[in-house]
Amino acid sequence: MSNEHLLLSKVTIDFPTPNGPFRALDDVSLSIKEGEFVSLIGHSGCGKSTVLNIVAGLHQATSGGVLLDGKEVNEPGPERAVVFQNHSLLPWLSAYENVELAVKQVFQGMKTKTEIDEWIKHNLELVHMEHAMDKRPSEISGGMKQRVGIARALAMEPKVLLMDEPFGALDALTRAHMQESLMEIQNELRNTVIMITHDVDEAVLLSDRIVMMTNGPAATIGEILDVELERPRDRLSLADDATYNHYRAEVLKFLHERHGRAAA
Amino acid sequence: MGTQIMTMLGNTGFGWVDNIVKLITGDNKQEQLNVLAKSILVPLLAFGVFLMLWASVASQIKTSLGQVPGPVQVWEQTVTLYNEHVEEGKKEQAFIDRQIKRNEKKLAKNPDAKVKIRPYTGKTTYLDQIWTSIYTVLTGFIVASLIAIPVGIICGLSTTIYKAMNPLIQMFKPVSPLAWLPIVTMVVSAVYVSDDPMFDKSYLNSAITVTLCCLWPTIINTTVGVSSIDSDLINVSRVLRLGWMTKVMKIVLPSSIPMMFAGLRVSLGIGWMVLIAAEMLAQNPGLGKFVWDEFQNGSSDSLARIMVAVFTIGIIGFLLDRIMLMLQKSVSWDKDAVIR
Repeated sequence: MSNEHLLLSKVTIDFPTPNGPFRALDDVSLSIKEGEFVSLIGHSGCGKSTVLNIVAGLHQATSGGVLLDGKEVNEPGPERAVVFQNHSLLPWLSAYENVELAVKQVFQGMKTKTEIDEWIKHNLELVHMEHAMDKRPSEISGGMKQRVGIARALAMEPKVLLMDEPFGALDALTRAHMQESLMEIQNELRNTVIMITHDVDEAVLLSDRIVMMTNGPAATIGEILDVELERPRDRLSLADDATYNHYRAEVLKFLHERHGRAAA
Repeated sequence: MGTQIMTMLGNTGFGWVDNIVKLITGDNKQEQLNVLAKSILVPLLAFGVFLMLWASVASQIKTSLGQVPGPVQVWEQTVTLYNEHVEEGKKEQAFIDRQIKRNEKKLAKNPDAKVKIRPYTGKTTYLDQIWTSIYTVLTGFIVASLIAIPVGIICGLSTTIYKAMNPLIQMFKPVSPLAWLPIVTMVVSAVYVSDDPMFDKSYLNSAITVTLCCLWPTIINTTVGVSSIDSDLINVSRVLRLGWMTKVMKIVLPSSIPMMFAGLRVSLGIGWMVLIAAEMLAQNPGLGKFVWDEFQNGSSDSLARIMVAVFTIGIIGFLLDRIMLMLQKSVSWDKDAVIR
């Protein structure tokens, strides 16, 4: 394990507006180890997604930058796969074809036809979607769409998996299911993950570290919390766990007391 | 197979056929009758009222060509036009048969004799004219679509090109076909010079005029469709590093297809209207020329024959639109969208 797998160094971004530049992020620095699961939490509008988009290469930092394995990130690419909040599947393709588009693009010339087919099916099995491979996004539920979205991202074999509020649009029960699945997958694949969330329980349950962000403008990292809970983690037994509740309280305190919105 | 046909009929607005079938096969008679009453009886009643109004108004108006024809006269002329077509068909067959016999005799006398069949040059009938109109409009429409869809995609992808093209598109869009036609006619006769022309000039003039008027709605709709792609989908293509061509084929085209087809449908409707005017002036032997010739002819039947053409034009226009609607529904991936 290298110590500095992904490095955000003094990332600052200004967005041009008619009234001059708007500083969304100011001096965000963060180092992430390989295989680490990091959550970004903060109030909506604090620039969490902007951080993710900069790592993804979809936005360019105004100053500072992102290094992945020592190489600077300056454009989007499949080694930094993104799971978007609203699934972003192509509605005219089936679940299989959606994953296929990604696999064919990433492994062109590296895998044979049968290997590609097996790899697509393997990833859909990983998210328990093998039964609905031939269904289109409009024919499956929100949670299932998000599963396919995760399968598509995992199928790219990314160095870093970026998840932008992946379960934000789901109901509480489905969300709990998805979290279980994600932990299961994470246990197997040990991906490096950055996940954005505004759900405190989700952050504590899933993460190795929780990065708490201050409110914008000029948002930056307020506090970082190491979550030292044994894996595999079980939602039910953790509910009564003192350490778990302590972490939970820490995050809540940060969000509500120190950085609650004046006009929330 | 049965369900497929029914879906197709439903897509084209003939869903009530399904209810007749169900009525005959006897599932839930009362409900089927209610649906039928709404979907057939109401339109039929409206049509009946229309016929009565027409008949009563028509009998009031006298023109230099006699009374304005009512429904009865128009129906008589429809039958006459059809019979003329059948008669001409028989004449043509007889003409060909005579030639075949003559050729056989010639060949019997001298096996090396050169024989050929001369094409029949009798007068074109009403049904031939309908056919001419349909393939002329389709030629113009298809050529227009082949130009408009790529142009629309490029305008949708690049705001710079869109800004460059938009004033031109907006300026040419409202131009009447009657203004284009003289220019088209002159250009075609100057450019298309050949001893053995493959196409009639009148056909080219009409088709090109249709093309010029069909372009705009498809360009505009395709542009809107392409430029309103969900930005998340564009991000997906960026993360995957899709090449330009793959992006267009896999993401841009499919997502803009519903809008594109809406534009194509408008274009075909406009094309059909334009064609009739173009044929009148270009003398392409289609429905437009038929109307013009009958008007010049000025017999006591002329107005009734023109009314037949009016109905034919309307019904064919309606059918073309239904075909486009069916295509539009079959390619639309957004099954929740209401398309009518």
